[in-house]
Amino acid sequence: MKYFKYLFIGILFGIIMTKSEAISWYRIQEMFRFQSFHMYGIIASALGIGVVLTQFIKRIQLKSLNGEVIEFNPKEMSIPRYLLGGIVFGLGWALSGACPGPMFTLVGNGYSVILVAIGSAILGTFVYGLVRDRLPH
Amino acid sequence: MIEFVSQAWPWYVSGPLIAMIMFLLLWAGGNFGVSSNLRTLCAIGGAGRKSKFFDFKWKDQIWNLVFVIGAIIGGFIATHSLSSGVPLQISQNTISDLSDLNIGFQGGLVPEEFFTWSSLASIRGFLVLIVGGFLVGFGARWAGGCTSGHAISGLSNLQLPSLIAVIGFFIGGLIMTFLFFPIIFN
Repeated sequence: MKYFKYLFIGILFGIIMTKSEAISWYRIQEMFRFQSFHMYGIIASALGIGVVLTQFIKRIQLKSLNGEVIEFNPKEMSIPRYLLGGIVFGLGWALSGACPGPMFTLVGNGYSVILVAIGSAILGTFVYGLVRDRLPH
Repeated sequence: MIEFVSQAWPWYVSGPLIAMIMFLLLWAGGNFGVSSNLRTLCAIGGAGRKSKFFDFKWKDQIWNLVFVIGAIIGGFIATHSLSSGVPLQISQNTISDLSDLNIGFQGGLVPEEFFTWSSLASIRGFLVLIVGGFLVGFGARWAGGCTSGHAISGLSNLQLPSLIAVIGFFIGGLIMTFLFFPIIFN
């Protein structure tokens, strides 16, 4: 089954998110208050390794399991889109204490009410789709 | 081994493992971007009839939905089989700052007062879950990605748009924490 590998990677991701405590509302507050290195360490070390892996993939033109060379689609340059969209996202990240990955992981951790936040995030995405032509990009 | 795994994992273990997740997804033929699933779910729900933004071949994105189903299962496994039961080791300063905002800390991952169904009836619970969730969904799509897509995938590929987005994430997070929290929670 071609989706099985994604299920497996997802399970690993859920375990890592939980054990790293990156799904914790308190950890996100601690980060935005600059009171612990924990979240910064996670992001910085993920990035350090991530840059090396990405360069490695590009240099050797690594092929995915489908047999196609892995390609990266560069995002179109803009300032308002990323800055303003990013600020709105950041407001929500600090308030809900969870970005999308942790939201899903929290469901498995037994906090079923986070499904309401996921539903609300889907609604937010939908409303963006309705008004996006009127927003700066 | 199980004892070791059951502790909270330090940042220098967690961060590289997250990079490994990004690599595995690329290798499998996908990419690491969780918020795209929110758009896919809109498309499955028929939002393509309301906006062209949701009119795309969502079946190509099923792999990503399977990935987040995995994340839910992973969260379940971690909390039921790999948990030490040790309270969260959070900074005393954070506990004290939050206590000034009448937000308690009982050692759990999240404040129980916001993350129960009954909390939805309170103004604070409504704001945290419903308004917070809405802003995350709206902002992620406007910015073209969330923490996984921009802060990990995009920055790993040294993309300037992702750096701008991540700066935006922090501006928004700091405004919420230092300007809005005192208003909302006092």
